[in-house]
Amino acid sequence: MKKRSNEPFLWILFSAGGMVAALLLPIHLLLFGFAFALGWLNGPGYDRLIEILRHPLTRVYLLVLCSLPLFHWAHRFRYTLYDGLQIKHLNELINTFCYGGAVVGTAIAVYLLWSIP
Amino acid sequence: MVHPTEYVPKSYHPRVSTYWWLGRWAYAKFILREISSIFVAWIVVTTLLQVRALKAGPAEYAQFQAWLATPWVLVLNAISLFFVVFHAVTWFNLAPKAIVVRMGGKRLPAAAIAASNYAAWVVVSATVLWILLRGTR
Repeated sequence: MKKRSNEPFLWILFSAGGMVAALLLPIHLLLFGFAFALGWLNGPGYDRLIEILRHPLTRVYLLVLCSLPLFHWAHRFRYTLYDGLQIKHLNELINTFCYGGAVVGTAIAVYLLWSIP
Repeated sequence: MVHPTEYVPKSYHPRVSTYWWLGRWAYAKFILREISSIFVAWIVVTTLLQVRALKAGPAEYAQFQAWLATPWVLVLNAISLFFVVFHAVTWFNLAPKAIVVRMGGKRLPAAAIAASNYAAWVVVSATVLWILLRGTR
């Protein structure tokens, strides 16, 4: 019997991650990377941020924000290497690096978010 | 004796240039979309670094904020912002091709689906802004 492809599952992760990245990452980067970092806006202070971070919903939210876009990256970057650089002969290695990276990133996110006192 | 057909390739694979995507804007856009994923990953990494700094304490967080304001991080973040907005716009514009919504037996027009995606973008961004700015002046 032919081995069933896990491509549909990976594609769902890719597309969910693409949606999360499109909706959430621009505002996060704009605020933390520019508006607060350069003082355009008076952002939340340390105490306020840690208070927000301790909320269970924030932890779930940040896990989604980190994990799904990493799977989105894994899928797209894999094809960037296939199509852009045409290194198809390294398939196995590339897949391990991309999806492995997303899994490791997710594990780090879970650890960081749930070890906050 | 060696049979000559052994050396006839099974299928014809012309060599494509590594820079095939530079020839046409549509192709270049495709590759730019692919490249945007690298910056998506970078933003996730900085978010994780931020959580780590917050966990470590106020001094570490101040250090993280100073790092965000260093020139090379600002340049990298400016490029990332361009790519992630490029990703968002192309993603929302493509959404009608992937999402088929039927209402009363009729297919919802593509513009309506794209518009609802943009509306969601505005609402979500405003909510994030509101949560972060609540209580600050």
